[in-house]
Amino acid sequence: MNKKGWLIALLLCLAVATVSPLASSSPDGLERVAEDEGFIALAQEAPFVVIADYIFPGIENEAVATILAGWVGTVTLFGIVYGIARLIKSKKRTLAG
Amino acid sequence: MATTYAVSAGGVANAVRLANKKLGEKQVPLMGILAAFVFATQMLNFPVAGGTSGHLIGAALVAILLGPWVAVLVMSCVLIAQSLIFQDGGLLALGANIFNMGIIAGFGAYYLYRLTGSLLGDNRRAKVVSGFIAAWGSVFLASIACAIELAVSGVLPIGVVLPAMAGVHALIGIGEGLITVAVLSLVLATRADLLKLQRI
Repeated sequence: MNKKGWLIALLLCLAVATVSPLASSSPDGLERVAEDEGFIALAQEAPFVVIADYIFPGIENEAVATILAGWVGTVTLFGIVYGIARLIKSKKRTLAG
Repeated sequence: MATTYAVSAGGVANAVRLANKKLGEKQVPLMGILAAFVFATQMLNFPVAGGTSGHLIGAALVAILLGPWVAVLVMSCVLIAQSLIFQDGGLLALGANIFNMGIIAGFGAYYLYRLTGSLLGDNRRAKVVSGFIAAWGSVFLASIACAIELAVSGVLPIGVVLPAMAGVHALIGIGEGLITVAVLSLVLATRADLLKLQRI
């Protein structure tokens, strides 16, 4: 497989995350309905906080904090799913053999 | 809520079992890239009518390229990471989110894509049109599933929540369709072989 191609694809994903500060901050479809119909208050606070609301903690500039959170998430998701997929695939041989 | 958790857990378990049997060498990096893309693109809320925004689900794109069970796996990973790392989506709602945006959206998109594909043929334009319909349908179906869950949970009567959810998501689905078609076109232009992988 062509590693360079996958690297370009991952860089494209990071580029998408980089423009995330331009995203609309309006409520999304479900949040809109929840606000209009008055059940948004049913949502509970998370019991712990890591990178809440896609703002990387400890950074003053909100756009930079958002981009960093986006990069962390993008790379993490690539790593997790690549790793899980590789694991699932490699188990096949041990199970079959 | 417990029901969606149980169904989603069963769905993920079956997805792992099938992937273990059928997953090939080429699918592995593509799964990672699609998870990264779905996560990044879900951050990009685009405006729809009336001070409301929408964002990609992404299950349709994964299901079209790699099949519905892989879509369940990839979407589950994205949704779990979002709830654990980014406090988005919620832990209590995780089962429902995987059910709606993984199972319903993934399978809905996959079968819509196959159905429209069999009607329109195998050419490039047919793939793009089918991709749009599948992506739009995946959002619409997921929003209906979510509305039914809200009604069953006693949050709102179905007569109120169903038209509200389906209405706004019929618009958001257009965005899902456009993004999905843009990526499909890019894949067709640069790596058309990826559309010929076995779907799981």
